[in-house]
Amino acid sequence: MNLRIIKAGILDTVQDMGRYGWQHVGINPGGAMDKLSAQFANILVGNELDEAVIELHFPASAFFFEQPSLIAMSGANFSATLNGEEIPSLRPILVSKYSILQFHRVEKGARAYLAVHGGLDLPEWLGSRSTHLKAGAGGYMGRALQKDDEIRFRKPADLCMLLGKKEFEVLPWKTDSNWGDSNNAKEILVLPGNEWTRLTDHSKEIFFDRAFLISNQSDRMGYRLRSEPLSTISHDEVISSAVSFGTIQLLPNGQLIVLMADHQTTGGYPRVAHVISAHHSRVAQMKPGDLFIFRFTDQQTAEDLLIKQKQHLLQLQNACKFKLEELLNAGN
Amino acid sequence: MPEMPKHTIFPISDSALTIDFGNTIEESINLKVLSLFHAITANPLAGMIEAVPAYSSLTVYYDLFFLKKQVLPGQTVYDWVAAQLLQRLNTDEEKKDVSTGLVTIPVCYEKEFGPDIEFLARKKNISVDELISIHTSRQYRIYMLGFLPGFTYMGEVDDKIATARKHQPVTVAAGSVGIAGKQTGIYPLASPGGWQIIGRTPVKLFNAEKESPVLLKAGDRIQFTSISKNEFENY
Repeated sequence: MNLRIIKAGILDTVQDMGRYGWQHVGINPGGAMDKLSAQFANILVGNELDEAVIELHFPASAFFFEQPSLIAMSGANFSATLNGEEIPSLRPILVSKYSILQFHRVEKGARAYLAVHGGLDLPEWLGSRSTHLKAGAGGYMGRALQKDDEIRFRKPADLCMLLGKKEFEVLPWKTDSNWGDSNNAKEILVLPGNEWTRLTDHSKEIFFDRAFLISNQSDRMGYRLRSEPLSTISHDEVISSAVSFGTIQLLPNGQLIVLMADHQTTGGYPRVAHVISAHHSRVAQMKPGDLFIFRFTDQQTAEDLLIKQKQHLLQLQNACKFKLEELLNAGN
Repeated sequence: MPEMPKHTIFPISDSALTIDFGNTIEESINLKVLSLFHAITANPLAGMIEAVPAYSSLTVYYDLFFLKKQVLPGQTVYDWVAAQLLQRLNTDEEKKDVSTGLVTIPVCYEKEFGPDIEFLARKKNISVDELISIHTSRQYRIYMLGFLPGFTYMGEVDDKIATARKHQPVTVAAGSVGIAGKQTGIYPLASPGGWQIIGRTPVKLFNAEKESPVLLKAGDRIQFTSISKNEFENY
């Protein structure tokens, strides 16, 4: 075996970019909450962007590497150590055989990602390795990781030569942690939802003028927000229809919910707004107690921001692949 | 040229749009939705990731990055996809037959499987037997799937057994058959739920092991039949 869980975390699951093509029968796409960070981790270890990674929540699992590995952490910073020594996030790290990876406290963010070179050797379910907790399928046996679970690497590389006698080595390339996060991480750009116009003028003001608090009732399905209650001018029913990651719905109690990765496929609450895709990562790294504000943008800006993000990922992927190939060739 | 059905199109994200034919529960409208769904699933729009039919609407999720190369500077991908969808709506090839398979679903209406059946019968001023006979007296149409893997939204039940949802969701067992408003539905998995539960089916509506893990589909017709506890256990 290649990777063993020696202590279980609170909710650590295998996730990739999601499972598409099954929402018409009620199976939601799931996938990593912070897909941008998951892709950063994959890029650093030379994987494809959609390779499965482990999504960690704090307190997180402890891992035992049974063979030399190339790993990278991204997303939240949970103060990781390798055999007791601190290691950085957003850097590729060569890890020797019999190393232990642990996480100690939340420095920043809500979810960390662990990618290993070669990916995780787990079967796909309906075209994806994402864990679908409700269906009990996908990922590692359809459930969160537990103590003594063991995962093989899908395409293990021979890394023994590179490490020599060192316990680990942080490789010299990195990704820019601030990307997509540079202006104001507490500002979330949204597009108006189909029922936006149903809000009262006062509620519209609240939406833009006040900070929203992420409540404790927030998980992979959605974040319940707390604010002065919002209300609508019409109470006409909204007939159930498909919803999306980032959809902001108004609940009957006047509070908002932001739908996240494990959202239901359909919903019948008024859709006030939609978080733009380029900001999903920001929302995914917020945690209960955090405050943020909404700002409207337009479709063109939302599209441009997502394209920019994707182009940045592809450029980074090329650069990292080149560096990794150089390294592996030098080792052989 | 055929007349274009009345509709509205709106984004539900920067990478998905919904076409809605009236925000209503009507068989003729749902047929239109399913027909469009089958047509664009069989012959997908460029850059389409998937399409999701609901009561009166169809949502299309698309690959923004792939499509950005197709659109002119200044044009949004949203406008481009909306135009493609309308074009398809307007062509004759969309007149696809929609499945109307009839599926019989055995249900045990015993109290231990239908924890709300006595409450509902009392509330509606009928006997439990009458409630069962009304629920099994007609075929229901599956309008859509959603909420949970394989959860079916069916309608419409007789006003004599229509009922409001619970105020607070409770834990519902897999296979539970419930009523909410004039809808009836089956929970394929154990889940929190707010529908009034009147019975349970031994039929496995969701099986992750199968190539096609969900048994029923939108457009199917369902006939419930009452079975005994013994039949349920030996199903």
